Amino acid sequence: MDDAATLGTTSSRPRRQAGPYAGLGRGLIIVASIILVGCAGFETLHETGITSFGFENWRPILYAFLLWGVALGVGQVLIRGEAGKRALFILPAALFTVAMAIFPTIFGLSIAFTDWNLSSTTGQRFNGIDNLVALFHDGYFWNALLNMVYYVLMVLVEYAIAFGLALLLNAEIKARKFFRVAFLLPFMLSPVAVSWMVGKSMMEYRYGPMANLMRFFGWSSPSFFTNPWIARFSIEAMDAWVAIPFVMILLLAGLQAMSKEVQEAARIDGATGWQLFWRITFPLMLPVSVTAIALRVIFKLKLADIVINTTSGGPGGATDTVSSFIYREYRDRSNVGYGTMLAMFYLVIIVVFVTFLLDFAGRLVRRFAT
Amino acid sequence: MAITTATLDHTALRRTSRLHLATIASRIAIYGALILWAIVCLFPIYWTLTTSAKSAVDITQAHLIPWVNFQPDWKGWRSIGLSPDTIGTISTARDEFLARFTNSVVTSIGASALAVVLGSLAAFGLSRFEYKFLWMRNKDISFFFLSQLILPPVVLALPFLVLYRELALLDTTVGLIALYTLTVLPIVIWIMRDQFNTIPRELDEAALVDGLGSWGAFWRVILPIALPGMVAAFILSEVLTWNEYFFAALLTSSDAKTLPVMVASQTGSQGINWWSMAALSTTAIAPLALIGIFLERYIVKGLTAGSVK
Repeated sequence: MDDAATLGTTSSRPRRQAGPYAGLGRGLIIVASIILVGCAGFETLHETGITSFGFENWRPILYAFLLWGVALGVGQVLIRGEAGKRALFILPAALFTVAMAIFPTIFGLSIAFTDWNLSSTTGQRFNGIDNLVALFHDGYFWNALLNMVYYVLMVLVEYAIAFGLALLLNAEIKARKFFRVAFLLPFMLSPVAVSWMVGKSMMEYRYGPMANLMRFFGWSSPSFFTNPWIARFSIEAMDAWVAIPFVMILLLAGLQAMSKEVQEAARIDGATGWQLFWRITFPLMLPVSVTAIALRVIFKLKLADIVINTTSGGPGGATDTVSSFIYREYRDRSNVGYGTMLAMFYLVIIVVFVTFLLDFAGRLVRRFAT
Repeated sequence: MAITTATLDHTALRRTSRLHLATIASRIAIYGALILWAIVCLFPIYWTLTTSAKSAVDITQAHLIPWVNFQPDWKGWRSIGLSPDTIGTISTARDEFLARFTNSVVTSIGASALAVVLGSLAAFGLSRFEYKFLWMRNKDISFFFLSQLILPPVVLALPFLVLYRELALLDTTVGLIALYTLTVLPIVIWIMRDQFNTIPRELDEAALVDGLGSWGAFWRVILPIALPGMVAAFILSEVLTWNEYFFAALLTSSDAKTLPVMVASQTGSQGINWWSMAALSTTAIAPLALIGIFLERYIVKGLTAGSVK
């Protein structure tokens, strides 16, 4: 079987499977490329004002790109036969990801170094590293970043609760199916609906049931969003409520996949429940735990909708996440240039942080696995 | 001798009864914790549902139980034209709601379907064939796809705002579908790669021997086996895209506005009409709550793909 299906034209064995239509395929790709570049160049000239005629917008270039994608796929098959057909499996997803993630990110970089406010009339203006300098002096941004540290640390608490719930569901219980579905439901709910019905209705300080419950426990003025720490905690509680089922399901699957024999043997040797958990269950669960925590942290770093809807970052930026802060930077001030710089800076921090996190997690698992 | 046996029996009995008591205590603790957390999970849903039937007085007095504390009414549902007495009449509120609801349905299903198609193809290719593109081999290409998961929406939001304005895709369902597909594509590839790896390679090799090409093998042999995984990937994508708010809030204004954006913009001049907010929230959470109840095993399958070996 020939597994040397290669993408692109850098095959180590070019033309090995060259079909009779290879020339046609190459011609097709070349023509489509010319159309794409031609359209883009034509519209660029129009946009920069060099020529007076052009398209109404950039939409035709999008069509040209789609056409080019199709031509590239057909061309691959014509040029390389079976190997081309195999390349066709990953080509659509690869083109899609490049067009929708890589290209906009690079395009974003070109915005990040400009002074561009959509509501002002001056338009886009290159301003070097001014945005970066402003970023370093922006207390609100660093405050939001610090909040992210708190939110990310709370993942450990979410993990502990989720582990407890997974153990409960794994115990010998009746109506397991009911409890599993009930525990899963918060994960399904729209965070926006949760922010309104829980954050703004149930946590209403005059008559919300949460406030009444807190009064019952002796907190005389239960306002959940005036004190910075309590506000932060309230946001975290809502986000945790939505996300705990996700961690719980992963851990439950891990518990169910664990061999019962090891546990039985330990129990016969006289291990107590506590020892059993710390010596056997917890170490065996480490790989699943690391996966669950890493995925949860990645999703936590995107936290925005609950904050935007419940507190808009208040009081005084205490609950702001980086995403919600940038969201307001655009929504309230239309500051595209500066907002993009903030986002790019955040992306760099995330990439570095997640790389370290995954590296640390990998080493942790390896150390305990051996 | 007889006495010692009796004492032994006695202590043994005491020990078993203490053990018995401990078991009962632990049972009570377990069920207590289970029921407590079930209440934590279900009460907000109950609250949302009942609030949609409350009048202003019942809300400010925090009445909890229908028919006992307060007389339920179709108040919230009437405000969006969906109560029994308004369902036959013409209602602009209902038209508005239905438009948003339809947008949400079309956007989430469109994006999930597209992501499952693109993702399954890529995952199948990566699990079966060896690719080489520049310096990238299969491992690097997989990493390239999966690493998109850490890209926060906020990085793409502003560039897309500008790009979509140039492409005349702002406030269009197509634009939103493309973006949502991007956000769930890594997850679909993650799930499907795991799914295809569990299918023995002998199967598609046999299909190749039978004269089916790689696409024939994929389409006729592998796809039917991988269908449960695709359903799981689709449903998980559906959950994430139905609830998405960030992009929808930034990139839509009227035509393509989805349900979460409509829920979030309910504050009127006289504050919030909680009953209509609750009715809207109910419609926003009901479809997924039903999926959660009836298709729970697919969600569990999707979530746990690749993490438990």
